[in-house]
Amino acid sequence: MTEHPVLAALAPRLALVPSLDAAQLEAEETAVLGRKSGALSGLLKQLAELPEEERRRVGQAANHLKAQFEVAFAERRGALAQAGVAAARASVDLTMPGRGRWVGSLHPVTQVMDEILGIFRELGFVRVVGPEAETEWHNFTALNFPADHPAMDLHDTFYVDTGDRRATEHDRRRGRSSGLFPAQERRSVPDRRRPDVGQVLLRTHTSPVQVRTLLQHRPPIRAVMPGMVYRKDPFDQSHAPAFLQLEGLVVDDGVSFVDLKATLTHFARRFFSARTSVRFRPSYFPFTEPSAEMDVECQLCGGAGCGACKGTGWMEILGCGMVHPHVLRNCEVDPERYTGFAFGMGPQRLAMQRYGITDIRLLYSGDMRFLSQFTG
Amino acid sequence: MKLSRKWLEAFLRRPLELQDTVRRLALLGAPVDAIEPLHQELEGVVVALVDEVRPHPNADRLRLCTVDDGSGERRQVVCGAPNVTAGKRYPFARVGVTLPGGVTLDTRKIRGELSEGMLCSARELGLGQDHDGILELDLTVAPGTPFLDAMPIRDDRLVIDVTPNRPDLLGHKGVARELAASFGVPLRLPEIPGAELLDVPPATRSEGAPVVLDGVRVALEDRLGCHRLLAAVIRGVKVGPSPAWLADRVSAAGVRSINNVVDATNYVMLELDHPMHAYDLARLQGPTLWVRRARHSETVITLDDEARVLDPGITVIADERGAIGVAGVMGAAHVEVTDATTDLVLECAWFEPRGIRRTRKQLEITTEASFRFERGVDLWGAGDALRRCIEIILATAGGTMSVPPADIWPMAAHPPRVFLRPARVTRVLGVELPVARIEQYLTAIGATVLAKPDDARIAVDVPGWRPDLVEEIDLIEEVARMHGYDAFPGELRPFRLGELADATIEVAADRVRRGLSALGVSEAQSLPFSAEDGQWSVRLRNPLAADEGCLRRRLLPGLVRQAELNWANQVGAVRLFEVGSVFVTGGPGQPPSEERRVAGVVTGPRGPRHWSNSEAKVYDRWDVKGLFESAVALAHPDALVQVEGDEWVAVTPDGQVVGRAGAQAADAPPWADPLFGFELSLDPAPRFPVRFRPLPAFPAVERDLSLTVPDEVPAVRLERVVARAAGDHLEAIGVRDEYRGPKVPAGTRGLTLRLTFRDAGRTLRDSEVDGAVNRVMSALLREAGVQLRTS
Repeated sequence: MTEHPVLAALAPRLALVPSLDAAQLEAEETAVLGRKSGALSGLLKQLAELPEEERRRVGQAANHLKAQFEVAFAERRGALAQAGVAAARASVDLTMPGRGRWVGSLHPVTQVMDEILGIFRELGFVRVVGPEAETEWHNFTALNFPADHPAMDLHDTFYVDTGDRRATEHDRRRGRSSGLFPAQERRSVPDRRRPDVGQVLLRTHTSPVQVRTLLQHRPPIRAVMPGMVYRKDPFDQSHAPAFLQLEGLVVDDGVSFVDLKATLTHFARRFFSARTSVRFRPSYFPFTEPSAEMDVECQLCGGAGCGACKGTGWMEILGCGMVHPHVLRNCEVDPERYTGFAFGMGPQRLAMQRYGITDIRLLYSGDMRFLSQFTG
Repeated sequence: MKLSRKWLEAFLRRPLELQDTVRRLALLGAPVDAIEPLHQELEGVVVALVDEVRPHPNADRLRLCTVDDGSGERRQVVCGAPNVTAGKRYPFARVGVTLPGGVTLDTRKIRGELSEGMLCSARELGLGQDHDGILELDLTVAPGTPFLDAMPIRDDRLVIDVTPNRPDLLGHKGVARELAASFGVPLRLPEIPGAELLDVPPATRSEGAPVVLDGVRVALEDRLGCHRLLAAVIRGVKVGPSPAWLADRVSAAGVRSINNVVDATNYVMLELDHPMHAYDLARLQGPTLWVRRARHSETVITLDDEARVLDPGITVIADERGAIGVAGVMGAAHVEVTDATTDLVLECAWFEPRGIRRTRKQLEITTEASFRFERGVDLWGAGDALRRCIEIILATAGGTMSVPPADIWPMAAHPPRVFLRPARVTRVLGVELPVARIEQYLTAIGATVLAKPDDARIAVDVPGWRPDLVEEIDLIEEVARMHGYDAFPGELRPFRLGELADATIEVAADRVRRGLSALGVSEAQSLPFSAEDGQWSVRLRNPLAADEGCLRRRLLPGLVRQAELNWANQVGAVRLFEVGSVFVTGGPGQPPSEERRVAGVVTGPRGPRHWSNSEAKVYDRWDVKGLFESAVALAHPDALVQVEGDEWVAVTPDGQVVGRAGAQAADAPPWADPLFGFELSLDPAPRFPVRFRPLPAFPAVERDLSLTVPDEVPAVRLERVVARAAGDHLEAIGVRDEYRGPKVPAGTRGLTLRLTFRDAGRTLRDSEVDGAVNRVMSALLREAGVQLRTS
């Protein structure tokens, strides 16, 4: 009983597999096991032509040899792969820096603003916005600022030149354009219910948005009003002539000072930490009464008193109060039926405190070295 | 307002612990801004006993004193004071001590005699103007005792923030009243040393007619500008340095001590919040004290030696010749009280706050007096204020008042009565307070609670020093304040949601911010001012600076400036965007129109430099076009990007140009890479949700067409032709490659388009795709003269 000549020829090649290189291995695999032209595959295909007895014997031997080759090839492939990794390790320095991409960032004040807005969103507040160029009526009169009163001294105001020498009635009929986008018709249609609007100014606070909201919507109102406000302050380390403010307004039947305290305390504990001490102390704003300032425990010294809090242990965070009945009446809301509270804060100051920024001018600098620190 | 701790203590008859006082004042609404310890520079001064006084051998007016300063050694001191007496005690500054004037004492010889230190006068210690001699101490303490421990002058100055509604806190009495309510102790006026036996008669009322007061005609003509005028005449005063207690009080409150008469008026202002003025009677023409409107172009030289030109809008105090003071603001220099003055006219008036405000703004001076009158002083307290001032002058400067003061008060009225409903207190404050408690709080601030009418209201007569209390809500605030804001509960109660929706423009801004930062661009913010930028710029009437005279009309110039600043910092990789408002004029008398926009700039390398590519690619026009297309998709999804000249514009379906992108001119250093930018308005329209398309179940077939395209045919036209001719199976067209050079005929370029075909329901046959490509090629040839490339 002799061995089939094909098997006899293949058997010695089994011993050579461990010495093949990658290319040889691939060729040998094809030569032995290849589906179309592999020697063993060919033999197995021809088995049907052999007599019964020989078919079983050769078949068993061929399948046995096939399994041996398969194991040998797999082992050799594994060995070569390991050797490849080792070789690669020797030729590639994997400690070299990876390829980076530019990472954009939101402005630190936007990040803080988003966080504040998120807390108020949980409490059912939605955002409302209004124009930055306002009328004296919306900015002062409707908000109960007495004419010629020292309260105005805190609101050093920019006034807008609305002189008629540049735009004529003819121009307006033809359609105004901004120059940059020449064909565009302006869309803004502000609420101008009052004939006695007075001069046009840059709003000194976001509170006129309260007035517009109350004039346009019936209670219940729960709204926050973010936006740019303007004071005629020189641009220095701690002042900017235009800065962001966030206003809040709640008006409904039965809203009280307790709701004010609870809502704003909740905000402070969410924004700072759950155990932060909060205190309210009397203050004055013409458009709220009772008026208050909210302080939180100084986040630098934890209330012990330091330079940042002038030794008081407290940081002033926001102004607030119950909406003054005059304001409600000016906005055609019955103060006997509805009460409400309002608050205002400076997200820029909160951002500066949070990140330890000491010069407000950096916020307006567009300095990549500054902005790229806030990619997180 | 600067407060003396000791002065407040004198009102309360109890010591004040500083930290506790700071906390109480904050919770009452008068936060303390700063605490300044006073007389700290006297830390080194001690009480010394003069053992012996001998004449100076070389100087008639100097004496040699042997001084026991408690150190165990006797020191020799040369002293020029006439009052130095053996056996008496004086403040003594040892060698090495620095006095308030800044002089540091050392050992030196005076006319040949050694002097080791100095015996001090009140002025040398910063305790008033008295320099007639050294300060004799009526004390029995051991020599060497620190002067600050031996004398009751250790004090602290508390600087408080006073809100414009609380003029009463501009006087020590008002602040002390708040503290008295907080401590629950009575409030009593401090005693004036030497005034215990004085009996100043009450003022004589006049309904408005001029009166002659001890030879002085007193007239109130401007009844709108001045509601009440009180005057007193004191003759035979001796003007001189104030006694230590008076000088110390006014200087502790931050006002320089001048003389006993001026200090008396300032004392009353600082204590009772009522400014008043003293005139030298000898210099009044008439003599007359006359409150009237200024004449046209009337001038007066005020105490600060400025010539002030007045007009009939301004109330003045005048004599027969002309103005002797701008009412409520500043007196005239020529009638001021001097050391030579013997007879005085004291004026104590109530000036109308808005008139004072207009006057001080017009004249551009703010004084302690105008600051108080502008906020409203106590109309009903003027009589007490004048009386107190007279007492101090009589006690410190002598003189006599032979006629009771005059009180011209044409429209005398009671302080206002305000009604308060306890039910309303509950409604606004959210907790129910017993009526008795409410009454207790109102009494504590000095209001008088009257018998209750039957309609559930409390009648309250508000005190004259609280002009801010005019209606019910004002009293509710006082109730809350006295109850203590901290005493209210702070748990969230149920609330109703409103029906308002989140502002769509803010939603759009959020989306754009998130989208652009994800593309590697950093958000910047800038001040919204600019120089004039075309005829539609909105000008400010009172800008901070001429080059910031307008509101910005565009965002891009600000970002270009920020790119330039980055270059100036040697930063060449700049990727910035901003979301903000721009403004254009709104027509005569109309507010400007505003629009929210987003803009961005990029320059420098497209990615962080990496060692594997030797030259990092820098941003080019195609980057900004891509960025612009992304921004348009985020901010204005219905707009299409088109070419206009050298730039791209975003155009809405109705033809409006809403955005623009391209290369930006900038003041760039030679090493800088090109700068590109875009600007785009934000569409506030709400977005509709994306519609899902089923994923493809069958494979696509791709064909690349290498075309020879005449230069005048733009890619967008090819795309249009292809899209029209290819049929329904065309899924996408892409530009794969562009070639310009010798391998194509002159006047043409090579373009490779990749066409993707697919059918949603089956696999496409090659013959179908070949047919579509043939249709495309014939359409391209016919409509654009485009052929397949042959080389």
